[in-house]
Amino acid sequence: MELLVSETKLVSGSRWLLCHAVAVFAFLYLPIAVLILYSFNGEGVGGFPPHHLTLDWYRTLFADGPIWDSVLNSLQVALAAMVIALTFGVPAALALERAQFPGKALFRRLVLLPLILPGIITGLSLLMLFNVMGTKLSLMTIVLGHGTALISVATTEVFAGLQKLDRAQEEASLDLGANYWQTFWRITVPNLKLPIIGAALLIFTLSMDEIAVSFFLIGRDNTLPLEIWGRLRRGITPEINAVSTIIFVFSLVAIVFWYRLRMRGESAAEGETR
Amino acid sequence: MFSRAYKAAVTLPPLLWVTVFLLLPYLLMFCYSFWSVSESQTIVHSWNFSNYAQLLRVDVYWQTLLRSMSIAARVTIFSLVLGYPLAYFLSFYAGRKKDLLYQLVIIPLWVSYLVRAYAWKTILGSEGVLNTLLQYVHLTKHPLEFLLYSPFAVVLTLTHIYTPFAFLPIYAALEHIPRNLVEASHDLGATPGQTFWKVIFPLSIPGVVAGATFAFVLSLGDFLAPLLLGGPSGIMISNIVVSLFGAAYNWPLGAAISFCMLLLVVSLLFFSERLEKKWSFS
Amino acid sequence: MTSTAAAAGRAPLLRIQNVAKSFGKNVVLRDISLDVAEGEFLTILGESGSGKTTLLRIIAGFETASAGEIWMGEERLDRQPPYRRRVNTVFQHYALFPHLTVEQNVAYGLRVAKRPEAEIASRVAEALEKVKMSAHAKSKPSKISGGQQQRIALARALVNRPRLLLLDEPLSALDANLRRQMQVELKSLQREVGISFIFVTHDQEEAMVMSDRIALLRSGELEQVATPRETYGRPATAYAAQFIGHTNLLKGEVRAGAVRCGLLTWPADLPDGPALFSLRPENIHLMAASAAKSGSVRARGKVRHQAFHGATELIRVECGDGMVLVVRTPGSSGMLDEVELEFSPADAVLVRESPERI
Repeated sequence: MELLVSETKLVSGSRWLLCHAVAVFAFLYLPIAVLILYSFNGEGVGGFPPHHLTLDWYRTLFADGPIWDSVLNSLQVALAAMVIALTFGVPAALALERAQFPGKALFRRLVLLPLILPGIITGLSLLMLFNVMGTKLSLMTIVLGHGTALISVATTEVFAGLQKLDRAQEEASLDLGANYWQTFWRITVPNLKLPIIGAALLIFTLSMDEIAVSFFLIGRDNTLPLEIWGRLRRGITPEINAVSTIIFVFSLVAIVFWYRLRMRGESAAEGETR
Repeated sequence: MFSRAYKAAVTLPPLLWVTVFLLLPYLLMFCYSFWSVSESQTIVHSWNFSNYAQLLRVDVYWQTLLRSMSIAARVTIFSLVLGYPLAYFLSFYAGRKKDLLYQLVIIPLWVSYLVRAYAWKTILGSEGVLNTLLQYVHLTKHPLEFLLYSPFAVVLTLTHIYTPFAFLPIYAALEHIPRNLVEASHDLGATPGQTFWKVIFPLSIPGVVAGATFAFVLSLGDFLAPLLLGGPSGIMISNIVVSLFGAAYNWPLGAAISFCMLLLVVSLLFFSERLEKKWSFS
Repeated sequence: MTSTAAAAGRAPLLRIQNVAKSFGKNVVLRDISLDVAEGEFLTILGESGSGKTTLLRIIAGFETASAGEIWMGEERLDRQPPYRRRVNTVFQHYALFPHLTVEQNVAYGLRVAKRPEAEIASRVAEALEKVKMSAHAKSKPSKISGGQQQRIALARALVNRPRLLLLDEPLSALDANLRRQMQVELKSLQREVGISFIFVTHDQEEAMVMSDRIALLRSGELEQVATPRETYGRPATAYAAQFIGHTNLLKGEVRAGAVRCGLLTWPADLPDGPALFSLRPENIHLMAASAAKSGSVRARGKVRHQAFHGATELIRVECGDGMVLVVRTPGSSGMLDEVELEFSPADAVLVRESPERI
């Protein structure tokens, strides 16, 4: 029986906390707000206040061929990276959560390292690998780079999901006559559905935005972030505001969806234990 | 409980992949750092320490590394100052709005880094939003130059990017604190302020260490923000590495610097892990 | 139902007046009035959901009442934040600070009050001595057992010399034997220290063993407030009779000074109408052939079930007309079939109905 939560009275100190929180949120969303605002600005970037509002930049954007090519490239890369990351990340999570083996600690650190290591190091080291192997740089190399770096994301999400799993279910399955493989596919994997979908969503979004690793592994074809990057080097074009706004909207939808999925997973687990 | 076959099937594929695509490249990078580049722009496999010697001798590398660490340190401090009270507010005062506010904090995290860095460029430029706004309300007569193409711009942008990174582990640690400890502290006569310093903060230290580590390590290795907003005075160590792999064609030297960064990051992680363990009480 | 400090000569330490509490639409406490005397061991007894923990938290200061007042001496207690009240709590799951040693945990309240170090050291040592935990002073909470943690939680609260100690089901996490041992220790500790204890539990046996008075709470209202003997021997309502110990509830009709209940009848000086009686199993006796006492009510029945409880035995007897009586006999009676029962009319206590509460 949950004890009823006590109410915390608002003390004067907490008014400062509230102001601080509002200020931080403003700071976090300010650039995004500016971006969205100026994507509709007739005079393009700069100047305040924004003058006549227009959809011109969006129109230019839609007519821009190379951008859409790069979007297609990014989508392909993201999907492929997702497959790789999940294929190796899910078993890695299982290995870390379930099995004991020599070198487990090293394995864990290695798998999770790309999460915190600056992308440049991962990208560079892979570049050197491909150089030595004589592989030409292309979308494929980017796929390998993203996939490798994002295994850590898959592992983390699935690991968290595994910890919430009730072992008794799998034991019951074995007790009733199913062997390890059957139990895995009939019990374990269905229970991991939500974390896996969540991880997939996250990996996809991160891959679409990835620059550091892609920077070094790029061949002839650009991904979307690198295409934008190239344009930025040459000078600011207001189209970029438009494409950024669109990217923002998509990311927003993706992340809110991911969060809802995760919450659904947590409340489902709670419901079962009652 | 699990059969050998199951364990093998689950451990070997990721192990192999990670060995080929993570461990091996790092080792390669290590090897590269001992080679050098010849006059004709080819890589010569002569093993020596000349690259490392160069790093120690030539000023620009040291200075840039120190500047990078100074920038990273500032970003870390600002991220913690912004992130901790926010996490505390969400965890202890937000009540039913907690979930919604949490989502609001993590959304910027996943919105394209490039987009956000670019947005700051728009805001900080001499023709940018901030300057024209200041002139519009007559606070300044001329555009403020230091806003863009300076270490200030880099610190500002990186703080913006990494504050949510610092926030996440702090929030997780605060959420983990059983609320009856707070009640017990009040019951024993401590005011909310005393309760914070004596009970809540000590128990949240592992989260603070994790958040600080994230912010520091990721800012240290950042190369986009300095490239977009740093100008000549805001160059960081990663920019040097990038140019060594690009126009300044010297892969071995670049590999040497990279490898040093790798060592630095790994040791930082090691220390922060030890620190977290020391301060965790569950 | 109101109650003032019944015990002679004791001034009330705490006066709870018409306290009510709702969480949104959920009414948890309705119109609670209760006095707690100085040096009294009062137990608030109730099932889960009865509101007993909420009442305790209101006294401690972690919840505010929706209505009513609480007075301690001459001061309004409910107007003060928890850290200013001279009330301390022993929490259900102890709430020991994991990052502080046992000693530091116990010293916490004194440190916060900025007492001099020498005083803190001696008072902490004394408190640890009292709960027999001096040897563990430098340990961390995670390294000691549940029973030991519970003693530390007690010491931490008592060291501050509060005027009132609140205990929120502190023994519920302990196993049966340890629990019995702690009941005795807590009671003697309270006698020794001399301050008022308000003890919350759902275990009626615990309540009877430890309390000076029991306040029985049901669905947010006080059912009865009386000493354990009174509550057991003269329950006010059917619920009270059934909640504490076993009982037989007999529905009867009073007519012209006599009760008729199924096949049984006995004289009762009560107004005409329906009446409900509580009859404790130990007050019904198996009648030996010649041991018929005058004035006792007799019944005959068939034994349906016998349950051996060590020192006593509970026997279910079906006595015609659908009535089932539960009888408690000392020791073991062997296998029984047809029995004759008797009880004294004085042992049939009149109780009120307990209506269903929403």
